[in-house]
This record gives sequence, structure tokens and C-alpha cells, in this order.
Amino acid sequence: MNNGKYIAGIDIGTRMTKCAIIDTQTGTIVSRATILTKHNLALASENVLNEACKNISITPSNVFYVASTGYGRYQAPMRQIQITDITCHAMGAKFLFPKTINILDVGAQNAKAIRIDENGRVMKFKMNDKCASGAGSFLERVAKGLELQLDEIGSLSLHSKDPQPISSICAVLAESEVINLVTSGYPVEDILMGTHHSISDRIVALLRQVGIDGEITLTGGITRNAGMVKALETKLGIKLNVNENSEYAGAIGACVLANKRLKKIAYERLHIN
Amino acid sequence: MLVAGVDVGSTQTKAIIVNENAEIVARGIVNTGANVVKAAEKAFQTARSTAKLEEWDVSYTVGTGYGRYKVLFGDAQITEISCHARGASFLFPNTKTILDIGGQDTKGIRINEKGEVIDFCMNDKCAAGTGRFLAAAADVMGITLDELGDVALQSNNPLRITNVCTVFVETEIMNHLSKGKKGEDILAGVHQSIAARSVSLLRRVGLEPEITFTGGVSKNRGMIKSLEEKLGLHINVNDDSQFIGAIGAALFALDRAKARHDGEYVQQEKIISAKVAAL
Repeated sequence: MNNGKYIAGIDIGTRMTKCAIIDTQTGTIVSRATILTKHNLALASENVLNEACKNISITPSNVFYVASTGYGRYQAPMRQIQITDITCHAMGAKFLFPKTINILDVGAQNAKAIRIDENGRVMKFKMNDKCASGAGSFLERVAKGLELQLDEIGSLSLHSKDPQPISSICAVLAESEVINLVTSGYPVEDILMGTHHSISDRIVALLRQVGIDGEITLTGGITRNAGMVKALETKLGIKLNVNENSEYAGAIGACVLANKRLKKIAYERLHIN
Repeated sequence: MLVAGVDVGSTQTKAIIVNENAEIVARGIVNTGANVVKAAEKAFQTARSTAKLEEWDVSYTVGTGYGRYKVLFGDAQITEISCHARGASFLFPNTKTILDIGGQDTKGIRINEKGEVIDFCMNDKCAAGTGRFLAAAADVMGITLDELGDVALQSNNPLRITNVCTVFVETEIMNHLSKGKKGEDILAGVHQSIAARSVSLLRRVGLEPEITFTGGVSKNRGMIKSLEEKLGLHINVNDDSQFIGAIGAALFALDRAKARHDGEYVQQEKIISAKVAAL
């Protein structure tokens, strides 16, 4: 039943593996799932697909096409196609927020700034994947130093009244710096907001390199952090496009691109025959 | 007369007590932790208790290292660069170049034959190439920092570590492990990667033998081997290498205590001769 209706996109990131399923008849997102990637990328991709299927009471055999993306895209054994994360994030962002011009994708290990045209095609991109200074890992380190969960630091930081500047660029050294700030008696929320500001500086610098030309859509795991979103908006002086699907933008983009590809193939077949 | 040097590093705090003949009479080492003031006190206390000394037995103390101003009982503070230079040329008099790899920074120091600093450069911006890089690797591998070097020495086929960032290297190591690569080969690669970065730092100050290796990482035999291979030179290391900063500080303390002592003596002589003249 329902065969030929569902397309799944799996985005295998360094920290989290995300899956989105779209219903090609309605063109809507019908299921999402996310799990920790850990060491076995193939297993992560299988587990996340199972999870997403379970949510809508189907099995992976009901999904007729799987597109993978992210750094582990070649490890997903059930994939029919793999697509680079930059293309997927661009398409996913465009799908979620049609007026998107700039995309900021901040994951655990890299930050990407992308400029797309009105059709969602990538015109320019810049990436920092050399070091964790402007990526989610930086936050992970700071959270660890403060003995907090990654998920709680965003909302905690929103209580800050006097953000404390963090001078370390290196995530590892920042971990020690925040511990020292805590022992010096600074409130945790001020240290956290300072951390968010410091990462924002580096991310915005990356974005300026591709040129800010319109609506900016934020994607990647960083979108779960409300403090980070606020810090970026403060720095940029504009509102960012973010919603509960933003974390899945890569996986959603993979679905959309796979669907386009299938339509194109079907169209070509129809015309050749 | 006894004097002390206390080197408060980011990871460990070292204390050295020397006598008036510049002979080391006691050593103390503790983890710095979050409370830097306490760490300095504890390291000093550890050194004193090994030599069964009281606080007032030590007449002058110099603090050094990044936490030198937290040595509240110190009489003076001197930068770790000067102290490492002094200490290294004391232990190895032919030292021209010093490589100091500590918990959070790496320094290349060039000195003259008197043990004075001519030039130095350092990486304190990022953990790559410092002890923290090794600590992270040890953490991921589930072994202690002390075993790390010896495990690496067992490797016949070092892997190449491509990442520079410590955070990413952790992930890289995990990937190697999940592919079934041998722990010793991964660690040998980690050591080679730090050695390469250290050597390029040393080249910036001018690499002139003899080279003395100081700081906490100088305890790591795998690191010594990787550095010697990369440099094609022997490097000076002994059991006291980790204490070189504290030793240098203690030697400066000795200079000052002697000067003060001499000063007091001269002062007393003046008073006495004045009194004699008045008689």
C-alpha cells in the first residue's frame, strides 16, 4: 500500500543524523526523525529511516526512493542517490522559506554560508571546516565545561543581561576559559550569551564573504539553540528565517531534489517513448 | 638559605625549592584545576613537606607561568619565558633553543650562552600542537596521558592525521578506530602531527642546537622520539624537564634573596660602622 508515494532524505552529519519523508502526492513533509550519528554511519542512516517510518506507521519498504546527503552520504546503504550537503541545504531552505537568498548552515563541525539565486541554485558558498571555532562543537565544548546539556544552553543564555566576552577562538581553550569565568563568579547565562556572541562574530564574517542580499535562512543543528539565533539576529540586525523544520533542511532538500530528479526522468521517458 | 620557584601552568602547577648552592632540595607537583590560588599553595606545600620544611624556612619565592599572579605568597613574578630559559640553561648549559610544550600553549625560545632570551614565539591561540591535543587523543582512546607516548612507540605504521583542530581530531580518531585501525598507529600519527607543528614553530625563532625540551609534554617518550626524527637532532630531556620553569623561577629567587641578604648585610654594616664612628 502507498507504494510510490514516499521519498526519504537522510542527512548524515558528524553529530546528528536527520531524516525527512515527503509525500510526493501532496508535496508535504509527513515525517521527521533525528538520532545521534555515533561511529557507525550506515547503522545511523538505517536507524533514522526506521524511526521516521515508524512515526507514520510505514516500513522502509514503503519508501520508494532514498536520497542521502551530509558528510556520511556515501555510507547510507539503502540510498538511490547521494547529493552534496550544500545543494541540499540550499534547496531545503528554499522549500521552507521561498524568499531565501542567503543560507547559513551551522552544524557540529562546520559552518557554511551560501548565496542562491531565485531558483534555489547555489551561486556562491564559503565554508569553515578547518576548525571548530565557528561551529556547533564550540558550543558543545563550552556546555561540557559548564556541565550543562547542549540543549539547555540556548534558553539559559536568553536570561543574560551582561554578556561576558569570550576571548578564546579555540573551542578547547574556550572550555577552560569558561571554567575560569565561572570560578571568578560570573553568571552562567552571561558566559553563555558571550559564547554565542563570539561564535556569531565568526559566522557573520563567513556570511559577509558570500554577500548578504536578502532573506537569510538558518539551517543545521544550531537552529535548536534559541540563544544562538538571537545572537546572530543581534549581530546582523535582521530577523532570520527559522522554524522547527530548519534542522532538517538538508534532509528536506535531499527529498525535494530527489523528487525533481524523478519527475525529470519520468518526463524524459515519456517523451522518448 | 632556601628559596622557591612556583610555576603555575594551565594544567599542572610545579614547585621547586633550592638551597643557597642552587641545589634542588624538593619538588612538588599538583593538578592546577579551577582554583589556581589553591593549586599554587598546594604545590608549594607538597614540596615543603617532602623536605620537611615550614613556610618560614623559605626566604624568597618567585611565581611564574600563566597563573604567576595567583601565587599570593610569592615575593615576585617573572614570565615563564625567562624562567624556562634560565632553567634550561641551568640543566643543560649548551642549550640554544628551547621547545616548551605545556597544557595549553607551545613556545619556541632562543637563548644566548648566558641563558638570556634572544627571541621567542608561541602558539596560545589554539590547542593544536599543545598538550591539550594529546590529552584529547588519550581521552578518545580511553588511555591515560602517561601511557600515551609508550603506546605510540609500539607503532610500525603511523597513520596520517589530517585535521589540525583538536575537536576534529577527536572525531578523526573515532573514525579510524571504527575502521579497525590500530591504536598505536593512530597515536603515532598524532605525535607526528604535533612534532611537525612544533618544529615549524622552532624554525620561526631559528633552530640552533642544542635543543632542550621542557614542559609537561617532555615526559612523553613518544613525543621525544617523534621530535628527534623530525629534527634529525638529539634533544635534551631529563626527569626534571617538566620542572624547568619552576627551577628557573627558583634560581631567580636565589639571585634576589642573595641580593636582599647582601643588601641587609650592607645595611647592618653601615649602621654598625656609624655607631662605631659615633663612639
